[in-house]
Amino acid sequence: MKNKSLRFGLADTVYILMIILPLLAGIVLNVLTKPASEGISITGARIFFTVPMPLQDLYITEAQINAWLVIIAILGLCLYLSHGAKIRPDTKRQHLAEWIVEKTEALVTDSMGDFFSGYAAFITAIIAISAFSSLLTLLGLFPPTSDINIVAGWAILVFALITYYKLKGGVGNYLKGFLEPIFIMAPLNVLGEIATPVSMAFRHYGNVLSGSVIAVLISYALQGLSSLVLGWLPGVFGEIPLLQIGLPAVLSLYFDIFSGCMQAYIFAMLTMLNISGGFPQEAYEKRQRKKLEKKNKKNKKLQTTN
Amino acid sequence: MEIAIAIILGCCALGAGICMGIGAIGPGIGEGNAVSKACEAIGRQPESKGTVTSTMIMGCAITETTGIYALVIAILLIFVAPNIMVNILKNAVGLL
Repeated sequence: MKNKSLRFGLADTVYILMIILPLLAGIVLNVLTKPASEGISITGARIFFTVPMPLQDLYITEAQINAWLVIIAILGLCLYLSHGAKIRPDTKRQHLAEWIVEKTEALVTDSMGDFFSGYAAFITAIIAISAFSSLLTLLGLFPPTSDINIVAGWAILVFALITYYKLKGGVGNYLKGFLEPIFIMAPLNVLGEIATPVSMAFRHYGNVLSGSVIAVLISYALQGLSSLVLGWLPGVFGEIPLLQIGLPAVLSLYFDIFSGCMQAYIFAMLTMLNISGGFPQEAYEKRQRKKLEKKNKKNKKLQTTN
Repeated sequence: MEIAIAIILGCCALGAGICMGIGAIGPGIGEGNAVSKACEAIGRQPESKGTVTSTMIMGCAITETTGIYALVIAILLIFVAPNIMVNILKNAVGLL
């Protein structure tokens, strides 16, 4: 019994380290590679190194590294929460894990219908990675969601899913959908189809980026103001930007925490609505029925020949 | 040459300002409408506060999209466009 509990504790520490170490590694990497800058600097993700590729060099950027670190941390969190799960939950972590699972399953079945109830895991993953990526700003790291490439990758994944479920109603049906209401509208319909992932990517990226741009602008403005107002104070007091205390923290409460979680929720919500909205339920059921009839006929033929 | 570069930088900054200014009008009016209607709905039916609030926030976020597009264009105009424009100008001058 004691041996088992020792192993249990060891695994727990490993999982907790899996959560904490990637974040620490991100902070260390950030401190080591951050160039000393003066004045206002709003830059994109720094490029760490490039991998030569035949068509286009592959840039490994700060955003990508941070996204990987977030993925490892979320994996550790999931393992920690689900570790030692019992049929009768008696620990806080299992209650938390069950609460998360119940909530997301209810959300997904509410907004997508019973057919897509297996999507709860995917939607949870989207919410988790998006929210934790945006929350990385609290540690002073570069949030991966303020890089268009990361968010565009997610949007392309969602677009592939949408198209896959639209194709479930038959290829002919899918192509006919572009000619509605009349055939002249076809180019506009194609544009509308492409606009979905583009607007999803730009919405998430723009919201997170605008928050960080406004935060930088306001903190520099406050620095200038404090040096203007308090500059006459003697010695060190004149150099400390006293006005920078307070307001940036309140703004970060809105831009980093509220806006980040909000955007994660909206991205997941739009994913669900787009996937379930584009799914042709009637055509799919018709096709399934036809397939079943064909199968039955085949079986009957086989039986009669036998 | 210097005057041309100055004109490029100035026009980029002006364009970004105008883009953001005009682009913010639409989402502002739209979100204001949405929130006012949501407040009316909550006033009429206080028990449906939760649903109305979550739907309103969702709608607000989607309404905001056009403003976000304007923001992206403005950011491109400030941080990306000047370099490209100046490079094009320098190449054109070099070719002459």
